[in-house]
Amino acid sequence: MTDDPDRPFRYPLGQHHRDEIATKSGRPLKDLDLDRILSGQVGPDDVSVSAETLELQAAFARKAGYGEVAENLLSAAEMTRIPSTEILEIYEAMRPGRSTYYQLLSLSQRIASMYQAEHTGAYIREAAEAYRDTGLLKMDED
Amino acid sequence: MKTEMRSKRFERLRQRDINKEVFVSEMPELGLIVMDSPGDPKPSLEIRDGRITEMDGRAEAEFDAIDRFIAKHGINLTHAPDAMAMGSLEIARMLVDIHVPQRRVMQVFSGLTPAMIAEVMSHLNVVEMMMAMQKMRQRKRPYDQAHVTNWKENPALVAADAAEAGLRGFAEGETTVRVARMAPFSALALLVGAQVGRPGMMTQISCEEALNLRLAMKGLATYAETLSVYGTIPSFLDGDDTPWSKGILASAYASRGIKSRFTSGSGSEALMGYGMGFSMLYLEIRCLLMVKGAGSQGVQNGSISCIALPESLPNGVRGVMAENLVAAALGLEVASGNDAMSSHSQMRKTAKLMLQMLPGTDFVTSGHSVMPRKDNLFGGGNFDAEDMDDWLVIQRDMQVDTGLKPVREAEVLAVRRHAAKAIQAVFREMDFPAITEAEVEAATTAFSSDDMPDRESIADLAAADAFLDSDLTALDVVAALARAGFEDVAENVLEMQRQRVLGDYLHTSAVFDEDFNVQSAVNTPNDYRGPGTGYRVEGKVWDDIRALPQAIDPHALVEDEAPDPGLDLAPIGPAAAGDGAEVVVALGPAFASVMNKTLAGLSHAEVLRAILDGIAAEGVAWRVVKVWHGADLADIGLSGARLCGSGIGIGLQSKGTALIHKKGLAPLNNLELLSMAPNLTLDSYFALGRNAACYATGRAPAPVPMKVDNMARLRLIVHTTLLHHREVRQIDKARSVEEMKVTFR
Repeated sequence: MTDDPDRPFRYPLGQHHRDEIATKSGRPLKDLDLDRILSGQVGPDDVSVSAETLELQAAFARKAGYGEVAENLLSAAEMTRIPSTEILEIYEAMRPGRSTYYQLLSLSQRIASMYQAEHTGAYIREAAEAYRDTGLLKMDED
Repeated sequence: MKTEMRSKRFERLRQRDINKEVFVSEMPELGLIVMDSPGDPKPSLEIRDGRITEMDGRAEAEFDAIDRFIAKHGINLTHAPDAMAMGSLEIARMLVDIHVPQRRVMQVFSGLTPAMIAEVMSHLNVVEMMMAMQKMRQRKRPYDQAHVTNWKENPALVAADAAEAGLRGFAEGETTVRVARMAPFSALALLVGAQVGRPGMMTQISCEEALNLRLAMKGLATYAETLSVYGTIPSFLDGDDTPWSKGILASAYASRGIKSRFTSGSGSEALMGYGMGFSMLYLEIRCLLMVKGAGSQGVQNGSISCIALPESLPNGVRGVMAENLVAAALGLEVASGNDAMSSHSQMRKTAKLMLQMLPGTDFVTSGHSVMPRKDNLFGGGNFDAEDMDDWLVIQRDMQVDTGLKPVREAEVLAVRRHAAKAIQAVFREMDFPAITEAEVEAATTAFSSDDMPDRESIADLAAADAFLDSDLTALDVVAALARAGFEDVAENVLEMQRQRVLGDYLHTSAVFDEDFNVQSAVNTPNDYRGPGTGYRVEGKVWDDIRALPQAIDPHALVEDEAPDPGLDLAPIGPAAAGDGAEVVVALGPAFASVMNKTLAGLSHAEVLRAILDGIAAEGVAWRVVKVWHGADLADIGLSGARLCGSGIGIGLQSKGTALIHKKGLAPLNNLELLSMAPNLTLDSYFALGRNAACYATGRAPAPVPMKVDNMARLRLIVHTTLLHHREVRQIDKARSVEEMKVTFR
């Protein structure tokens, strides 16, 4: 799926590009039908949004004037690569008083490198600094 | 001992619903102040080297975590210098000026600090806020969200109620749980039911944040709005979150193709004990800038469950409207509250609702209960199943649209049954505890969960736990539906999963129409620019709204025209002036010839006979004439009086309204008037005849007693109009008053 300058993607994708969209697993969206589901040929990754699609959506948001939504969708694109259990762990680690500064920093590095998630990694690092400066870190070890 | 004097009217007022509420004066030190607290900071902004170094009088080093998040993510540094240089009054005027486009106002707001936004709001009255909301709402068409729960947490009833919600036009449905472990089943029943009632209705479950995310990842919820934020740090910590932890959730939901919005609202900080001297609106604006900074497409606000707190204070409802407006002006989708019980008084509840309903918000309520109040697990809905028709009539009265449309009983029963059968099939196919036929039938016709059989809750909870921990997802639900022959529902649930792959509905204010077409601020932006622009209630939407099932063809209200078989009135030539003590009874032109009953259902024969009997009872002579030149009662009565030897005439319209008139009086100055035709009895007419005879013979009778029923006019005004129209149609201007020969059959 590439953004052809002569035929740019148009929002909504479901209306204009349904046949060109692939799921996170790389299967064409049109493969997602009752027959294949009934015969067990469809797994959870086949009903997940891909990073590429979220990047396209981010571009639509930015063009429509919703810059912050676009940023969020770019983070989301990265997070498609992070397993659900790990996402829940990241969330837990970022709740108040759960992590030390260094725990957050190492989480940030690990997420950024393991999942090519620069955006998300930077966000966790930013939280670490904010928590350090405003007293939201885990108390006992810091 | 001196007793204090008491007014009986004040006594009655004290018992009114409105006086069950608590009203207090402001107490700013506890944050019990809606707008403009003396503790609110003054607007200021300093930018150095591309970062905010001072905001609203606070230097960067003193920033709390919220200031820090807003300074980093919530304020657009490109637009801030120009926006902050403008006067707050000038910005307030831009909000209501139809010549300033929505996008220009959003650009200004993107550069404002919380204190500056609070100052802008303080210039606006509620009508100006409504004007502004009409322009700033992000999506072109307003919609509404349903709450779907029941006390017994019966999945068949959840599914049936969800289907009804969909049929009624709700674009979203939210459920929650009394017992947290039921969450997987309630979410599942809501999803399946919704796709029966309205393909594309989005669904969510309000439960603990991590559980919520798990259910959404399983495909059992399509959006989330549980991401609560607070305007002071101690409140935030009590909520066990920070701006950053909430922000990561926003991205996490989007990464799984799930739409999310945040939640905030006036009064939550004060209620939690951390208002810290700030106004509720100022703190809410801090929340909204966090929401925007976190990249969420929207928010549900409008005080939500705290609504009674701002409403206890001066301009509480205004402040709550201001927070809805700020969210829209920041470019956020707004689900504008009106969900939690806001008043004992129906009048006050409705008045508050109008602020959001009339201009329209993305979701006029953030939860409109489709069940009766007792089944609402969100703590009692502000508007519930029993208010549905009131709501629809208000839409019809005002020509406003909130996405809801009138429904017919038969179609409601059909979708409820289909939904209950579908969830029954899913439970069977997935080996969950069986849903019985009795449950299906009860869910189809239920008023409330009282009508539902009890379920084995221990078995349900164990199965729900196992479902949550299993690898089963919405795909297994799709397969179960298809295997059981519910291909239509399976296809809709599947399309909802496909939409998660497409991601079109992650955008601001996105919903689906009944054909799964996405409508968001990106492809259907609100383009209001004054009269003749923006969203207009017209075409099919207006046809649906005005076609209330209760609305009948006015022709059906009255019987066909027909003469009175019990009375024969034969003209015997032009009426002449009489003499002596007589009473002339003057009839309207349709009397007994094309009409035969009064509004009270009395036949013309009975009524005329009662009047004539009354006159005769006093030993006075009568004549009957028919007036052809007009249908006005005073004119009819006076026409009779002028011909009468005694100067006393009775006027009687065909619909039954009657009076006694006297020659020489001004038309509208009669002797007695029986105006309440629907309440008149034959005794009233008899008494009217007798009194007329008394006037004719120089005696002064006591006026005929009349029961005043102010609701009769309300009930019968359409009938009155139709019947009077028949009288008017018989008018023959050229025909003189005629003497009639009266024969009763």
